[in-house]
Amino acid sequence: MMGWKQIPPGMVILEAGSALKFKTGSWRAFKPRWIEENCIHCLLCWLYCPDNAVKVKDGKRGEFDFDYCKGCGICALECPGKKGNKAIVMEEEVK
Amino acid sequence: MTKVVAVTGNEAVANAFRQIEPDVCAAYPITPQTELMQRFASFVSDGKVKTELILVESEHSALSACVGAAAAGGRVATATSSQGLALMWEILFITSGMRLPVVMAVVNRALSAPINIHCDHSDAMGARDSGWIQLWSENAQEAYDNAIQAFRIAEHMDIRLPVMVCYDGFIISHSIERIEYLDDDIVKNFVGEYKPLYPLLDIENPKSYGPLILTDLYMEVRRAHAEVYKKVPQVVLKVAEEFEKISGRKYGLFETYRLEDAEIGLVVLNSAAGTAKDVVDEYRDKGIKVGLIKPRLFRPFPYGEIGDALKHLKAVCVLDRADAFGGSFGPLYLDIATSLYPYSIKPALINRIYGLGGRDFMPEHVAYVIEELKKIVETGKVESFKEYIGVRE
Repeated sequence: MMGWKQIPPGMVILEAGSALKFKTGSWRAFKPRWIEENCIHCLLCWLYCPDNAVKVKDGKRGEFDFDYCKGCGICALECPGKKGNKAIVMEEEVK
Repeated sequence: MTKVVAVTGNEAVANAFRQIEPDVCAAYPITPQTELMQRFASFVSDGKVKTELILVESEHSALSACVGAAAAGGRVATATSSQGLALMWEILFITSGMRLPVVMAVVNRALSAPINIHCDHSDAMGARDSGWIQLWSENAQEAYDNAIQAFRIAEHMDIRLPVMVCYDGFIISHSIERIEYLDDDIVKNFVGEYKPLYPLLDIENPKSYGPLILTDLYMEVRRAHAEVYKKVPQVVLKVAEEFEKISGRKYGLFETYRLEDAEIGLVVLNSAAGTAKDVVDEYRDKGIKVGLIKPRLFRPFPYGEIGDALKHLKAVCVLDRADAFGGSFGPLYLDIATSLYPYSIKPALINRIYGLGGRDFMPEHVAYVIEELKKIVETGKVESFKEYIGVRE
């Protein structure tokens, strides 16, 4: 760990994108589960996710990035699902 | 060539800001600061400066806008008083913690309640541990000179810290005095071109200000921050030395007045020092060895230097224009007591609170205190460490 003599002035971080190193997934108490058969690929979950933890590939929704998903549940709330069946549900995190 | 003028303290500082021409000013009106930014706003409207003046809805927003502008890479100034400074409190720590060299004129005024627009020092004293450098000014000339030096101090690459320039509300801010202006080009040349450190607008080199730092690193960050303040006194002295070359006016960390051979002494900030010096002269004429010390750099406080200047005295009165509730002493008294603590032989030290909410501080109040100190020296006894002067029973 860094000692106080190595601290940069004002703690300004000069390295771009260093938040990637801070894996906030460990904060999670609830974990979203994606149910692919109910997914219409509207990408609302991708749009609303505050942590860029919903991955998209070729215009299709992909898996969660659990390194950064804090389990806030916004994706599950916003998910319109298919015929009333949610494509994202929140489940208690198990160790 | 200097220009002698008769102006208010606010007008003098507004002119210093005009000469320096910061990139950004964000301010909100509050008595008695209002006149300063009103005059500066005229300079902006009249095209005399190219400063971007941001009108905001509160002092909290004013200083927040200053923080943003300074992090973006601009030279930034603002001004406030009393409740305005209190409302800025949260952002004061953010400005200093991010090492942003914002300069702020603090036109000292009492705090509510009860509401009062007149001078005392409780506003700036409440912010004394916020990490801002504080320069205090006896008169309009010192306010003007300190405002100019403040930019050089704040922007010095060794420290990069925000600076408050404090001067007394109404007594100095609104009274017309004779002062000497420096030429515009001399001031511009003295402050020089602004050199930003880590500007956010340098988009080729992205950076983050104000990261989340938790238990694993916060203490190291604060320890590193505390270290920076050790370098402040030498920067203040170096800037003062250069300022003397352009102005002929000498500044230090504090001013001593007839103190070298004194037996009793007064410690007083800002405008009251002027009144006190006159009374010191009267007592000197009577053969009483009295002197005075007026701190200029109040934060960081030069404990070693001030303790050394006072240690030879027999009795000292610290005059505080701010009270401390909760049974404590005035803020200036606490620092003077700390500066004298390391000496085994030290003066008797009393605290007298004066001038709250603009209450007149008269020569007879100074004389009263000097008589008290004489008595302490004669009897070797201190009857009361903290009292109020000029208050009705």
